Amino acid sequence: MCGLLPGVLQLRSSFKMAAALQFPANVSTLNTYNDLYPDWTQREVSTGTTIMAVEFEGGVVIGADSRTTTGAYIANRVTDKLTPIHERIFCCRSGSAADTQAIADAVTYQLGFHSIELDEAPLVQTAASLFREMCYRYREELMAGIIVAGWDPRRGGQVYTVPVGGMMTRQPVSVGGSGSSYIYGYVDSNYRAGMSKEECLKFTAEALALAMERDGSSGGVVRLAVISEQGVERQAILGNQLPKFSTV
Amino acid sequence: MASVSVCQYHSGGFSFENCKRNALLEADINKLGFSSPAARKTGTTICGVVYKDGVVLGADTRATEGMVVADKNCSKIHYISPNIYCCGAGTAADTEMTTQIISSNLELHSLSTGRLPRVTTANRMLKQMLFRYQGYIGAALVLGGVDCNGPHLYSIYPHGSTDKLPYVTMGSGSLAAMAVFEDRYRPNMEEEEAKRLVRDAIAAGIFNDLGSGSNIDLCVITKGNVDYLRPHDMEHHLIHTCLNFAHGTTGVLTKAVTPLNLEVVEESVQTMDTS
Repeated sequence: MCGLLPGVLQLRSSFKMAAALQFPANVSTLNTYNDLYPDWTQREVSTGTTIMAVEFEGGVVIGADSRTTTGAYIANRVTDKLTPIHERIFCCRSGSAADTQAIADAVTYQLGFHSIELDEAPLVQTAASLFREMCYRYREELMAGIIVAGWDPRRGGQVYTVPVGGMMTRQPVSVGGSGSSYIYGYVDSNYRAGMSKEECLKFTAEALALAMERDGSSGGVVRLAVISEQGVERQAILGNQLPKFSTV
Repeated sequence: MASVSVCQYHSGGFSFENCKRNALLEADINKLGFSSPAARKTGTTICGVVYKDGVVLGADTRATEGMVVADKNCSKIHYISPNIYCCGAGTAADTEMTTQIISSNLELHSLSTGRLPRVTTANRMLKQMLFRYQGYIGAALVLGGVDCNGPHLYSIYPHGSTDKLPYVTMGSGSLAAMAVFEDRYRPNMEEEEAKRLVRDAIAAGIFNDLGSGSNIDLCVITKGNVDYLRPHDMEHHLIHTCLNFAHGTTGVLTKAVTPLNLEVVEESVQTMDTS
């Protein structure tokens, strides 16, 4: 494995080659503007996004909107940003769609391999650490804000946030994405420790609905998932069923 | 772990050596007063829809070089495997080569596994290659096919993100085509209805987008059968048939004939080598 350009993960075995992210050593920006090809055909696909995760006794509730944008065009209005990494570990993706999909695929591989080596269910903290490793090492090249949430037998339901830059910290409730700015106040004032599963679901759905109302890059449907010892229950709240607030 | 693919994966990301060479060439050419040729793009409308028995892919056939139509009848629906086809928008060379590379690797993979390739495998190979090149390969693809798990349709963006959806459009005409889809798509359509829908979506792109035009190609993929309909619909304005105009269509005002007296200076014969 000698002779690699700087910035590529040095790996012990060739098996993990598949799990490495490869980047060009030097980057030059190409500026092509042509009337015939409008802006959105050249812009990178971004999950504008609002994502959220809440811990409760016995598991976690995670939620996300469903909008992916290229510039001002909505490339996918029914995106699933809640990506399974392992049986009871999910990640919520925000930022560049390509970057987060690639990272999630790489971490899914690494975690699956690790789980087989251990012959037991992986810890949520392990998954979060793998995300952090990748997001920090390639912080210059990546644009990814990820919330890792899940349940493991050792510590129950946990939420770890790995924002842009590659920091990792555990939080009882975490929000992310462009729409999160609009709901910090709502989350801070309405979160109480010791909420039940149903209360957490309602809290998440309402927070996401508020963010989707105000953020142009968030919208579509609200996707929710509950992860607990029993497994994963998924649901979607469609546009006309979203919680309604004052119509100002 | 034995590699079954044709291309050697670089350990170290994209090589920019040719960019230095291109910059030098560009400078040299500019000194002489010329400009280097622009990359040919497929302005394009491409789309795909999942219907009851499979997948219908559609594409226009215009390739542009700047504001000029470089190819009036180019083929944008590329073969990936017997059960998987891929429409390509963006830089024509990039879509062509990317689909050929993945088609080749997929065939080797299929021979190695002894199974018919799956659409999700092609999707993963394409997205990992495009991500590795960080968007510099300008290939926006609509990948569709039928495998053991049913019909599948993916849209793949140049930076390497993918979406798995029942109907997708890509290219400069994608907004016009998506408008048609959003209006008339229903799950589990019949084949004729699906073909009509895709044809109308591409037509919307051709009529409303300058970068799309000419004919409509369709590709209907079902379990065990592929109908490659090229062309499915010829261009509507029938420009070709109007190239021969009757004498006197344009009125002649004046006529001036100047004979050019030329003499043969040199005559040479070059034999064609047919060995």
